[in-house]
Amino acid sequence: MFDLDRWNEIMQTITRNRTRSILTAFGVFWGVFMLIMLTGGGGALEKFIKRNMDGVATNSCVIWSGRTSEAYKGFRKNRAWNINNRDVEIIQDRVKGFDAISPVLYGGWSVRDNNVVRGDKKGTFRVQGMNANYNKINRQKMMFGRYINDIDVMENRKVCVIGTRVYETLFTAGEDPVGQSISVDGIYYKVAGVGNGSDNLSFNGDPRETISIPFTTMQQLYHFGDRIDALFATSQPNIAMSEVQQQIETILKSNHSIAPNDRQAVTAFNLEMLFRQVDGLFLGVKILAWIVGLGTLFAGIIGVSNIMMVTVRERTQEIGVRRALGASPLSIMSQIMSESFTITAIAGFLGISFGVLGLQMVDLGTGVGAGGAEGLFQIDFMLAAIAALIIIMLGTFAGLGPAFRAMKIKPIEALSEE
Amino acid sequence: MIRLENINKTYYTGTPLHVLKGIDLHIEKGEFVSIMGASGSGKSTLLNILGILDTYDTGKYYLNGTFIDNLTETRSSSYRNKLIGFVFQSFNLISFKNALENVALPLYYQKVGRRTRNKIALEYLDKLGLKEWAHHMPAELSGGQKQRVAIARALITKPHMILADEPTGALDSKTSLEVIKILRDINREGMTMIIVTHESGIANKTDKIIHLSDGVIDRIEKNTHKKKSSPDSEIK
Repeated sequence: MFDLDRWNEIMQTITRNRTRSILTAFGVFWGVFMLIMLTGGGGALEKFIKRNMDGVATNSCVIWSGRTSEAYKGFRKNRAWNINNRDVEIIQDRVKGFDAISPVLYGGWSVRDNNVVRGDKKGTFRVQGMNANYNKINRQKMMFGRYINDIDVMENRKVCVIGTRVYETLFTAGEDPVGQSISVDGIYYKVAGVGNGSDNLSFNGDPRETISIPFTTMQQLYHFGDRIDALFATSQPNIAMSEVQQQIETILKSNHSIAPNDRQAVTAFNLEMLFRQVDGLFLGVKILAWIVGLGTLFAGIIGVSNIMMVTVRERTQEIGVRRALGASPLSIMSQIMSESFTITAIAGFLGISFGVLGLQMVDLGTGVGAGGAEGLFQIDFMLAAIAALIIIMLGTFAGLGPAFRAMKIKPIEALSEE
Repeated sequence: MIRLENINKTYYTGTPLHVLKGIDLHIEKGEFVSIMGASGSGKSTLLNILGILDTYDTGKYYLNGTFIDNLTETRSSSYRNKLIGFVFQSFNLISFKNALENVALPLYYQKVGRRTRNKIALEYLDKLGLKEWAHHMPAELSGGQKQRVAIARALITKPHMILADEPTGALDSKTSLEVIKILRDINREGMTMIIVTHESGIANKTDKIIHLSDGVIDRIEKNTHKKKSSPDSEIK
């Protein structure tokens, strides 16, 4: 229960030696401030990196062909080869544990100027071919219409999904592009949808500036035969992508007479491993932030405890007088603990407040959280609650030793200390 | 009111020091008693035992019929708060509390509300002529004023007795006289008063003088000067 008298007593004793109280409290303040800033900063870095990976399935990998590095089955080394449609069929048939697979065609590295035209509007954009599964691997939010579907792929339809920048170049704002025709490299396609991808983690350029068509259409119209540039795959939940990747690599090597020990012929980029490494890195950052923050906070708490010990020593006679006048040992103990708790709590909650303010200022200063996006330099409510709980526990802990010492002071001994 | 039977107290600091040796004492309600003796005679120890600030080794101590022995610290604190008022030689006011707060402190431990205890404290300060000084800090008060604040603090819980350890020890003779007059006036209202002093002039103002010597009561002297000397007469 709130006891005004008790708080008056506490404030009287705390403000009696202001400089010392402030310096003592500063240790706790700095500890909490550091904890908030470090965890908030570490969290911001994590959010920043993960935001850049947003939209990409974390359990995915991309596989493409390279040149062989081993002579095998009568083939010389340094041989070029390509993934093809048959590989995809066999992989879909035999590989266990995959969730989605999409062949991808990039259509070469050079793009003709103003290759995309609609009426008098034109622009230069990259074209790529894929199947419907690609949107599960590299997700895009659809602004208009739909994504490429299985029928588009099956029937080699001349449909496309355009990126937002393509839409902005060819259409007026707000105009519905679905069903409209655009010319890409001299061939007319109907727009099936507009995908709002981001430039964060993407392959073969910015998806906002890309035109996606069914890979079968691309193979036919661009005369690629059954060639596929890359395979994108995701694993089922609870199945490691590396297992699926291994199975795909084995099939590809077998289909194309590549030595099983050839490490160069099949190249893979396993995002699951990358994400795991990133997660591990940020776990390390978090642990480091907590160690440094809590270490600083503990140093502050030990400071509070030390000063409270000194205070009790200095106030021995006063405690003796209080005891003589009727203060029970418990009330003396509670008085000292309340003082310790109050100093710690005030300093700690100021630390949290200034920590949050500091993060906010960094957020505004760096501008990474601007533009309507969620602020990066923030702490979770749970972290603030945990910090508050730690402060309360440590504040009580800091006062425990001095309070026991105060409680044991005998009035007769204290009064004789003149 | 107070009955001590064969009280013994030994301090064990290096060589055992037998400070009180079989003290038998009876003090009636309303008496004004002084305890005199040379330094080390055990007078302060006796006062501390009477004030439940210290314990005794053997014997019996009855206060208002209650056997005072083996009390918990909490029970001791409660008895001190309700039954006994203390006046110390060095006043022992809490330096960061003003006169009013110092006087009101014993009532704080009785959980009396702030407004009520400040009102009562002000009445006691007024009674001791310090109403105007209620909000002054101890450092702003003279020695006599500090001791009057301490007396007000001792009185505020309406205790059964007041124990004063050298209450005039830190005061000049004029102020000592004022303080002893106050204590005498309080005694006349029926309060039992026990003071430890080494000043015979102060002791002569009391009804009964207990002479302690080497831990035993040497003699108890009924004060024959009581009726002749007024508390205003000079202390010798």
